[in-house]
Amino acid sequence: MFDALRSAIDEEMNKDETVLVIGEDVGHYGGSYKVTKDLHLKYGDLRILDTPIAENSFTGMAIGAAMTGLRPIVEGMNMGFLLLAFNQIANNAGMLPYTSGGNYQIPIVIRGPGGVGRQLGAEHSQRLETYFQAVPGLKIVACSTPYNAKGLLKSAIRDNNPVLFFEHVLLYNMKQEIPDYEYTLPLDKAEIVREGKDITIITYSRMRYHVLKAVDRLIEKNIDPEVIDLISLKPIDIDTIIRSIQKTHKACIVEECMKTGGIAAEIIARVNELIFDYLDSPIIRLSSQDIPTPYNGLLEQHTIVHSEQIINSIIKQLNI
Amino acid sequence: MLQKSTITSNALITNEEAKIFYEDMFLGRIFEDTCAKMYYQGKMFGFVHLYTGQEAVSTGIIKNLKPYDYVCSNYRDHVHALSKGIPPKELMAELFGKETGCSKGRGGSMHIFSSKYNFLGGFAFIAEGIPIALGAAFRNIYQKQILHKIDDLPVSICFIGDGATNNGQFFECLNMASLWKLPIIFVVENNQWAIGMANQRASSVQEIYKKADAFNIPGVEVDGMNILEVIKISREAIARARSGQGPTLIEALTYRFRGHSLADPDELRSIEEKNFWIARDPIINFVNYIKNHNLISDDEIKKIEKKVKLRIEEAVKFAIDSPEPNLHDLSKYLFY
Repeated sequence: MFDALRSAIDEEMNKDETVLVIGEDVGHYGGSYKVTKDLHLKYGDLRILDTPIAENSFTGMAIGAAMTGLRPIVEGMNMGFLLLAFNQIANNAGMLPYTSGGNYQIPIVIRGPGGVGRQLGAEHSQRLETYFQAVPGLKIVACSTPYNAKGLLKSAIRDNNPVLFFEHVLLYNMKQEIPDYEYTLPLDKAEIVREGKDITIITYSRMRYHVLKAVDRLIEKNIDPEVIDLISLKPIDIDTIIRSIQKTHKACIVEECMKTGGIAAEIIARVNELIFDYLDSPIIRLSSQDIPTPYNGLLEQHTIVHSEQIINSIIKQLNI
Repeated sequence: MLQKSTITSNALITNEEAKIFYEDMFLGRIFEDTCAKMYYQGKMFGFVHLYTGQEAVSTGIIKNLKPYDYVCSNYRDHVHALSKGIPPKELMAELFGKETGCSKGRGGSMHIFSSKYNFLGGFAFIAEGIPIALGAAFRNIYQKQILHKIDDLPVSICFIGDGATNNGQFFECLNMASLWKLPIIFVVENNQWAIGMANQRASSVQEIYKKADAFNIPGVEVDGMNILEVIKISREAIARARSGQGPTLIEALTYRFRGHSLADPDELRSIEEKNFWIARDPIINFVNYIKNHNLISDDEIKKIEKKVKLRIEEAVKFAIDSPEPNLHDLSKYLFY
């Protein structure tokens, strides 16, 4: 995964000289998760800019640079650190194209690892996608495979709007064969990972794998789920979800963010607004607990959703 | 190394420059006076922060810039915008919320933007424009070093108030500006008050220019009511930045004759203090200088004033006659 991301950045930087990377330890250190390893040797210290520890200001600086013609990729060493940059991301990146009446565009990508890792402690285990979900001018994407990571990151870099690009801390070492040829993926389309007719399971990021593990067991029980990986958290690809639910009439959402104000909360509200009559039963959401992630391994495991829970929930929803 | 400036009147500006500077200061003054009238007549709304009294800083700095230089302001941005070249019509129309405003009526008083005039905003929260100004400065060296697109190095001017100099973003940006020798000038308009908070009660160190020392940036204090001092120091700072020597911090001691905003009753500042500063009106100071040095004839001065008043009248008429934005365009400009 980290190689796929690196290759996306390398290809885009090679193609377009206005693309650069800004963040802590992205240069000489090679990036905390090796996403920018050795890129500074190829592109120099100005295009792979090692910053002091000042998230709000260097994110704002990247925004100012984007307004005036550059295309920065800001790396949050951990996406949680972007809480420091909330002012710049919400007020400036999210608003200036609009409040300036079109005077300025902000072609910025803000990327980095989020999600619950292995006993990293509460602050390094955050899911910021829901905090930023309500900010009107942002696009939010969550990659989940090396293949989609590369295609999506290339699209994000080429996009003329601010894109928050969420990677997952436990997926960086994931391996997958990806094409040699150049490809991009649309930022606003969900991926149908598995077609099915009995129930729609909607998920994103690392939870995709917990879902797929559950699906293996469900198939053994002759259950035929449709699995959708959201990819785009903002805007939600509601069309893909609607078409699926019109077919299956039931849905379960499996997410790693907290239950309160989560991505599932948003999807359920929208589905109710649009196709309530197609639902045979309420949509069930399986989310993380509304608590800071504890350090203790056992406790940590119980804050996030497991395949067992997914299996049990679906069986219950299908009245089997 | 820049030193503390002293008042000088040695052939700093030509007759032509004097006309430009005077017209710009007078434009700023009449524009803001007109805003106050329009606000109380119910044509302008919300939070409006007028610049009256500080004109020497805006004119003295911005009129030495080239069109390709950037200016980044804060919520007290009307006069900075005018000095940078945004036509009074577009500014007034923006304040009236009209479609013909520079921000298409979407921004309002605190969010003046113009990509044509390289005016980066207009910000409501204190200090949040500083990183934006830094970004433009970064872009300038990037354009020169990586893209080889320009010969002259554009500079970036960041206007902030005394209150902003206690904020984290201020220090973070001073550090990065110095570290990377960015072509940026931080102009602190120290009018001594942040709404009702006197600078003495907010700052452990009163002399704001000294805060630059911590980052190895030359810091200078100037009399912000004396446009000649401002001009002298800003030309030095601009030359420094353009030659690649990095940032400067200019602390301009000034005063706002009106309250913080049109909604501020302005009861905390004493009459004595206000009178002390009003007596040092930068425009009157400059007119005296002009007359003493025969830079502009009385007739010319009258002509300039008449021209400015006419421009403002036309701006008001334009704003009144301009259409509101179309309701169907509510979500326009959100995504590209």
